[in-house]
Amino acid sequence: MSRRRHRHKGLANRARIGVVVLLGILAGVLFRAQVLRATDWLLQSERNRLRPLTVPAPRGIIRDRDGRVLADNIPGYSVSIVPDQPDSMVSTLNRLREHLDLSADRFEALARQARGGSVRPLLVTVDARFDAVAALEERRSAFPRLLIEPRPKRRYPAGQLGAHVIGYVGEINETEMDQPGFENAEPGWIVGRSGVESHYETMLRGKAGTRYVEVDAAGRIVGSFGGVQEVAAEPGQDIDLNLDLELMQWIHRVFPEGLNGAVVALDVETGGVLALYSAPAYDPNVFAGVVDPAEWSRLIANPQSPLYHRAVVGTYPPGSPWKLVTAAVALDLGLVTPDEHMPVACRGSYVYGNRAADCWKPEGHGSLDLAGAIQHSCNVYFYQLGLRIGLARMLGVGNRMGFGNQCGIDLPQEASGTFPESVEFWERRFGYEAREGEVLSLAIGQGPNDQTPLKMAQFLLAIARDGSAPAPSLYRDAPAVEGWRLDIRPEHLEAIREGMRRVMQPGGTAHLSSLEHFDLLGKTGTVQHGGDGPDHAWFTGIAGPFGGAPEIVIVAVVEFGDSGSGVAAPLVAKAADFYLRGRHGIARDTIQTLREHLIAGRRADWASRQGPP
Amino acid sequence: MIGARHAWLRQLPFTATVLVLSLFGVAMIYSAGVLEVPSPVTQGLWLRQAAILVASVVGLLLLSRVPLRWFEWFAMPVYIVSVAVLAVTLVAGTGAGTAEGVNSFLSIAGFRFQPSEAAKVTTALALALLLARREEAPRYLRDLLTPAVLVVLPLGLVLLQPDLGTALAFVGMFFAIIYWAGTPWPLILFAASPGLALLLSFSARVWSVYIILLVVALYLYRFRLYLVESVTVILGNVAAGAVAQPLWNSLAQYQRNRLLVFLDPGLDPRNAGWQLIQSKVAVGSGGLMGKGFTAGTQKRLAFLPEQHTDFIFSVVGEELGFVGTSLTLLLFCHLFLRMIRMAETASTPFAGLFIFGMLGVWLTHVFVNVGMTVGVVPITGIPLPFISYGGSFLLTSWTAAAIAVALASEDP
Repeated sequence: MSRRRHRHKGLANRARIGVVVLLGILAGVLFRAQVLRATDWLLQSERNRLRPLTVPAPRGIIRDRDGRVLADNIPGYSVSIVPDQPDSMVSTLNRLREHLDLSADRFEALARQARGGSVRPLLVTVDARFDAVAALEERRSAFPRLLIEPRPKRRYPAGQLGAHVIGYVGEINETEMDQPGFENAEPGWIVGRSGVESHYETMLRGKAGTRYVEVDAAGRIVGSFGGVQEVAAEPGQDIDLNLDLELMQWIHRVFPEGLNGAVVALDVETGGVLALYSAPAYDPNVFAGVVDPAEWSRLIANPQSPLYHRAVVGTYPPGSPWKLVTAAVALDLGLVTPDEHMPVACRGSYVYGNRAADCWKPEGHGSLDLAGAIQHSCNVYFYQLGLRIGLARMLGVGNRMGFGNQCGIDLPQEASGTFPESVEFWERRFGYEAREGEVLSLAIGQGPNDQTPLKMAQFLLAIARDGSAPAPSLYRDAPAVEGWRLDIRPEHLEAIREGMRRVMQPGGTAHLSSLEHFDLLGKTGTVQHGGDGPDHAWFTGIAGPFGGAPEIVIVAVVEFGDSGSGVAAPLVAKAADFYLRGRHGIARDTIQTLREHLIAGRRADWASRQGPP
Repeated sequence: MIGARHAWLRQLPFTATVLVLSLFGVAMIYSAGVLEVPSPVTQGLWLRQAAILVASVVGLLLLSRVPLRWFEWFAMPVYIVSVAVLAVTLVAGTGAGTAEGVNSFLSIAGFRFQPSEAAKVTTALALALLLARREEAPRYLRDLLTPAVLVVLPLGLVLLQPDLGTALAFVGMFFAIIYWAGTPWPLILFAASPGLALLLSFSARVWSVYIILLVVALYLYRFRLYLVESVTVILGNVAAGAVAQPLWNSLAQYQRNRLLVFLDPGLDPRNAGWQLIQSKVAVGSGGLMGKGFTAGTQKRLAFLPEQHTDFIFSVVGEELGFVGTSLTLLLFCHLFLRMIRMAETASTPFAGLFIFGMLGVWLTHVFVNVGMTVGVVPITGIPLPFISYGGSFLLTSWTAAAIAVALASEDP
């Protein structure tokens, strides 16, 4: 028995060592995990229970030159699903269709996203109606993983007046996410789709923040978490535009009802865009949330093309206003002086080679100087000026002035004008070699030449200034972009302006649109186009106080307006008068042009004067 | 002099440790029920555990007075009955709670219990009795044959349930008892060698090297073994290596995954790897001081699986930190050292052998359970003695403790 005792002594001691070693191993492993590597594990447990949610940044506010709001944000609601097994997410989506308007396409896209798997919640809609949100809140238990959050929604107080210029926003789509500038984009981002919203996207967007919610293992959100990791959203930068909303409203009011067209108004001093009007328009507020597909196809299908920004994307044959370009080119090249008369006086037509080119006035204008030719829009004078310039030089200077390019306005889309880059153009386009006689058509604004209203306004800006034309800009703090410069002596520029002034005087084509308080210079245009219907009506105007520097340039095109003097000229005159009265503290009035004075029976003796009073 | 009536007082360090561990367990089960989204399953469990603990304490007070002779008389009949009940369980058993997939529960008159838990105690008694009757320590492998059969019967039945964790406890018990019986260590190793062969068979090369080493060892030990025994050992090892593949194939997918994710938790992070990853996160994130009682986020947000049974130690780790886990291990260490002392000072070999048997059971439970929460042992459904929720286990553990007290206090 004692031998056994003795033997047990050794066995017990070894057993003690065994117990201590085994438990020691466990203690060592625990020490490593809980003391040495605790930080790593703690981090992982935080990652386990905390889910990052994107806090959308409010977009910058867009204002006009006087601080009137063109685009701001109002509260809306977004609905998203906290990540889960793809199948149950899709089933939740299915049940949501009852409460939210989810199109079949939208549903498919979301289901695809759900199957893709992401730690961020799946954004179902960025713009849930309040009643839908209320209904979902009531059924909270049926939708345990639903996340309903307030979310700023875009609003356009100016409605359709700002539609084309300001543009609109939309939820980023899969194609956009692959484009440069959107490297960090996440589904649900609201991005500018057109206009200023798109051009200044990076400024307006701001930086989304992140907040954390605590979730359980089943992914249910059990509370918010105000930890240190929270990153506040940085609001986007506000943008002040050169635009004058009141002027836009006035233009909308006086634009011929039922007709389409565009008006561009530029500030002569800065080249800033005062008005960019395009008719018809649409209400950008319909795009502020989720776009109703029916509304979208209605806009697309509308034969009037309300989405089409005529002022910067529409191109029209320039017609008579182009005679100002021909004059400027000739003066720039030093080929003519303002007092010079062309060798052949106008007898209603001009014979070049074996064909006769008509003037619009069959009985003819007689012999004219530059100002007279502009006043009467005499084709025969400009045929001869064109021939003096020559086709090649006409194309050279025209291209230098950018008639084949864009102006470089700060908008995402702008059409280039159509203007032959060289004589090879005819061969390429029409299949025959250009003859010198092509210059006859070009000189009076016909031929292969289409220009946007904006481009014509930029040209007029150069005439109103010192021959230089900066790129028109919408953003007030945009860096000045040098456009181009004409080499014309100031007195020669004044000669062109004098011709335009005479257009408004007795005997001029737009005399009835002259103004009582302001010096309005203009050039009418009534241009044929390829299609049926009445001609397009142009008017290009420069206006300012009598005896002072010009302050505003306005160009109007009215499609099928029939008559430049009858339709486009009063439009420009009324817009210029409205703007200048405001600027010079003269009470505004709806009776503005001479014609309106005559109809209203007002005193109109001011109209007979031949110059500044 | 404290009489037999107060045996538990004579073993106060042991009984007190058992009681402290059990009370701590009730507290942790309460905490395990504190969830962000309350679960009707786990909420009131601590009350049930507390009730069973009260019954256990009463049981201990009664049982510890029973004379040693009674246990000697009853050991074999009780063993036979418990093995029979295990066999019945295989047919009529059901799964329950966190052991849903294992048919380990038997329902009698609305009372559910796990016969395998009782079988651990009865087998330990029977084995102790068998070996205590020998005057000499086992010297040959054949001396271990009867004890092995005695263990393999319940072990096999438990494996068929299939409950790998409990089966492991039987293995631990067997080796602890034959160790205390004085079996020379080479014999213990030879007896254990087929199990090792099974583990190493995943690689043919490793297995071949192992078999060569085994043959060399047998050759060196040849004077102490019959040839038949040596051949049996080799055959056993070869057989173990050969059945490894079919055995692997016969495992349920979740069991295979548990073994695979032990090697690489990232293999199946959503399912089998989930428990391991979340448990490691829970324990590790507890740090030195823990997140505070009932405040563990892994547990509260239900990331932790089976937090009231198999993974209760993860809750300890998360909420009480390294301070809590190391104190728990110290308590167990103290318990085990007291048991060794009790075995050492016991007046009869029967007492010592039984106590060692239970030491083997509990040590296996503690090592495997704590080991799996930190990823040093594959996940096996095995509870932590006295702490995990589970009526049968608590009750039988206390019964074993009571028997240990009764046997250890018997005067010669």
